[in-house]
Amino acid sequence: MTRSDLIAKLAERYTQLQGKDAELAVKVILDSMSSILSRGGRIEIRGFGSFALNYRPPRLGRNPKSGDKVQVPAKYVPHFKAGKELRERVDFPAS
Amino acid sequence: MTTLTKAELADLLFEKVGLNKREAKDMVEAFFEEIRMQLEAGETVKLSGFGNFQLRDKPQRPGRNPKTGEEIPITARRVVTFHPSQKLKSMVEKTYHGTART
Repeated sequence: MTRSDLIAKLAERYTQLQGKDAELAVKVILDSMSSILSRGGRIEIRGFGSFALNYRPPRLGRNPKSGDKVQVPAKYVPHFKAGKELRERVDFPAS
Repeated sequence: MTTLTKAELADLLFEKVGLNKREAKDMVEAFFEEIRMQLEAGETVKLSGFGNFQLRDKPQRPGRNPKTGEEIPITARRVVTFHPSQKLKSMVEKTYHGTART
């Protein structure tokens, strides 16, 4: 499923909404999620999961072309942890 | 630091999209439910500009009860992984490169 498929599904669910509303809603939700993470915050969606930042310490890397050593600075990367309901729903049925 | 939840997302839909409070709350719920339904059906979800949710099948592996030391197998399972888009990664990096850990 892509972003536009998701917009189409939401528009189908809410036929009373204007055509553009589902598209704008998806944009507002995803932009807000990206924005809070880029300001160092986290996201907690009960039943879905949480997004937070993981620290990556600085390291010595290599330019794969020239072989030169380069210092890679410390950074943060987004990390997702699935919530209980999502984890149980995607897993194989308990045998 | 701040945490974004479903309640805040609903407020944003009320303010920025003009949905009423009830519609906004339902829309947020439906947004995450549609993604869950796809993943439950075994489908990848690709949200351009944000990231991809993928499924990974993990085989059974040996485990151990940390309390008793008893060996118990960890059963085969399917798990969700999230891969942030290049755009999201660079947004996060830009604000935070080289600064102290939070």
